[in-house]
Amino acid sequence: MATLTALLSGWGRYPVQSCEMERPERYADLRPVADGLIVRGQGRSYGDAALNDNGRVLLTERVNRLLDLNAEQGILRAEAGVTLAEILAVIVPKGWFLPVTPGTKLVSLGGCVAADVHGKNHHRDGSFGDHVLGMEMILADGSHVSCSPSEKPELFWATVGGMGLTGIIGEVTLKLTPVQSGYVMVRNHVADNLEQLFQLLENPATDDRYTVAWLDSLATGPHLGRGIAMCGHHAAKEELPAGREYSPRSERSRSIPFDFPSFMLNPLSIGAFNALYYAREGGKQGPFLSGYAPYFYPLDAIGNWNRLYGKRGFVQYQCVIPGATAFDGIRTLLQKLSGSRRPSFLAVLKRLGAQGKGLLSFPMAGYTLALDLPIRDEGLFGLLDDLDKIVLQHGGRIYLAKDARLSAESFRAMYPRYGEWIGIKNRVDPDNLFGSSLSRRLKIAEEKA
Amino acid sequence: MSQAVLILGATSAIARAAAAAFAGQGYALYLASRDRDELRRSAADLRLRYGVEVRYGPFDAEAIATHESFFRSVIEDMPNLHGVVLAFGFLGDQQAARDFRLGEKVIAANFTGAASILSHCANYFEPLKRGFIIGISSVAGDRGRQSNYVYGAAKGALSLYLEGLRNRLFPVGVRVITVKPGFVDTAMTYGLPGLFLVASPQDIGERIVRSLDKSADVVYLPWFWRYIMLIIRHIPEPVFKRLKL
Repeated sequence: MATLTALLSGWGRYPVQSCEMERPERYADLRPVADGLIVRGQGRSYGDAALNDNGRVLLTERVNRLLDLNAEQGILRAEAGVTLAEILAVIVPKGWFLPVTPGTKLVSLGGCVAADVHGKNHHRDGSFGDHVLGMEMILADGSHVSCSPSEKPELFWATVGGMGLTGIIGEVTLKLTPVQSGYVMVRNHVADNLEQLFQLLENPATDDRYTVAWLDSLATGPHLGRGIAMCGHHAAKEELPAGREYSPRSERSRSIPFDFPSFMLNPLSIGAFNALYYAREGGKQGPFLSGYAPYFYPLDAIGNWNRLYGKRGFVQYQCVIPGATAFDGIRTLLQKLSGSRRPSFLAVLKRLGAQGKGLLSFPMAGYTLALDLPIRDEGLFGLLDDLDKIVLQHGGRIYLAKDARLSAESFRAMYPRYGEWIGIKNRVDPDNLFGSSLSRRLKIAEEKA
Repeated sequence: MSQAVLILGATSAIARAAAAAFAGQGYALYLASRDRDELRRSAADLRLRYGVEVRYGPFDAEAIATHESFFRSVIEDMPNLHGVVLAFGFLGDQQAARDFRLGEKVIAANFTGAASILSHCANYFEPLKRGFIIGISSVAGDRGRQSNYVYGAAKGALSLYLEGLRNRLFPVGVRVITVKPGFVDTAMTYGLPGLFLVASPQDIGERIVRSLDKSADVVYLPWFWRYIMLIIRHIPEPVFKRLKL
C-alpha cells in the first residue's frame, strides 16, 4: 500500500517525528506489517503514543463506519476509526448517549478503548472500557479475533488501556446510556481554596453524575487551589422548559488559523483569564441548561486550539493520586507549580472512582489533576520530573495518553500490573510488531517474560 | 418511495462521499463494486447515518458479460432508479505504458467496462424520459502526458463517450454530466509526490450532488481546474511535447 512520509506529532505538538503513514480505506487492509507499526486514530493523544519515529503509522480515519445500532437496547457496533462526534450525531436523536466521554468528541472510538479514557462521570460509571461489550481485533499473526470480558478476557483487558500495543482494534461494540434530551442541567459551586474544593467534590449534596472542577493554578497562599466545581446530569424531559426542543442546535465552530507567539501565554495573561473565568462561571449560581456539546466539549468549538500554545507545543501533565494521600499530594503539586512561575492555562481536578480491570488503565480511586504547560524551554522537563517524584511519593501515576516524557523507571513504579500485561503482550505479539515512540521510550517489550 | 441512485464502484473514497451526499438528500442507494464485505459495511453505515434504504450487489467493471444481468437485478431491487453515478476507475502504474498487458487492464476498467454498463443504463432511462447519468472522468483525460497517458487516454475516451451520450439523451430529458476531478485526497493519490490543490473527497462528493441543480454539462471539481486545464489544453503541441509532465 502507498505510504506518505511526513512529520507528525500528537495533540500537544511535542515531540515532532518523521513517520511513514499508510491510510487504508478498506477494513481488510487493516493488518500488521513485518517492520511493525502503531495505529493512529485522530491523533488526539497528547504526546508520542500515536507516533512511530522513522517507522510505520497506520491511520484508521477512513475505516470509520457505523455497523449496527440496536435502538431498543442501546448497543452500537462500529469500526474503530469512527469519531465520537459521528457517533453522537446518530445516537443522540435516538435517545442515547456515550456511556463515558472524554473532553473532546474529535477522538476515534478505537483510541477511547486503547487509552481507556474516562470522563466527568468516572466516580459513578467507571471508564470507557467498562462499557465495551466486545471487540474484533487484528493480531500480529494477521488473524481476526473477537474478545470481550467473557471471551479471551486477558486479551480484552490488556487491550483496554493498552495504548494500541496488543494489536489493531478493528470493531468495537459499545453499550450506550439512555438520555431524555440533548441537554445537560448544570450547577456551579465556588470554592475559595483547595480544601473547600475537595469538600465540594466529595459532598453527596453537591456531587452529580458529571462532576469536575476547574481551578485557578496561579492562586497562592490562602487561595491556593481556589476553583469552581461544575456538576451536571442529562436533563430529564420535565426539566426542559415548555417548548424547548429535544436536541440543541449544533454549535458553530471557529478555528485558530496560526500558531500564537509563545509569549502570549504568560503569568499576566493567564492570571487575567483565570480571574475573569472565576468571576463569570462563579456568578452562575442557579442551575442552568446547557447543550451537551458546550458542556462536554467546550474546546471543540475552537478548532486547533493547541496552536494557542505556540510552535513549540505543550505538555499536558495529568496524574492521579489515591484518595488517602490525594489532598496532600495535590497541594504539594500546586505549590511546586505556582512557585515555578510556569503557569498552566488549564487546570482541572476531578475525583475518580475505583480502578478498573484494564491492566494499564490510568484511573484509580482518588483525585486526578490535569495541567496544560507550554514548552518555553527545556527547564519545563526538570520541573515535570520533580512533579513525577511527588506523584510517586503519594502512590499515584501519570496518564500515558497525555504523556510525552515519563521515564521507563517511573512508569514501572506507577503501573504495578505491568508485569501481568507484558506477559500477555509477549504471547499475542511475540515479535513486538505493535510499538510506538511511547512504547520505546518506556522500554516496553524490551524484557521478555 | 424515494428516488434511488446506483453508485458503480461504490468503495472508492469519492464514491463513498458521493453516496453520503446523496443519502443526505434523501435518495435511496444501490451500491455496487467487487468487494462484498466493503459494500456491506458501507451500506450499514449509510442506513444508520441517513435513515435511507440502501442495497448492494457485486459488480465487476471488467466482467462485461455480466453487466446486463447485473443491471436487471438492480432494477428489480430498485424499481424507482433515478440516477447512476459511474465512479470506478483504475490508475494502474507507469508500467502500463510499456507493457500492454497492464495497459489493457487500465483501458478495460476505465473505458470498455464503463461504456458497457453505461449502454445498459442509457437504454433503460431513454424510453422513461427521465433520470441522470453522472460519469466521473478525470482531468488526466484532457491531454496526453508521458507520465500517465494510458489512464489519460481511457479517461479521455470516457469523456468523449459521455459527450456523445449527452447528445443522444438530451432530446428525451435525461441529464448526462461529465465530472472531471483534479487531485483528490484518496487512496489513488495518497503519498504521490508533486500534488497541489488537493481536494477532500467529502467536498467532491457534495459538489457532485450539487451539479444536478446546475446547468453545466462538464464539471471540473473544484472549479479552478477548468482554468488550469484550459491553459494546459492551449499549450501548442511543439512546446507541449518538450515538457516533462
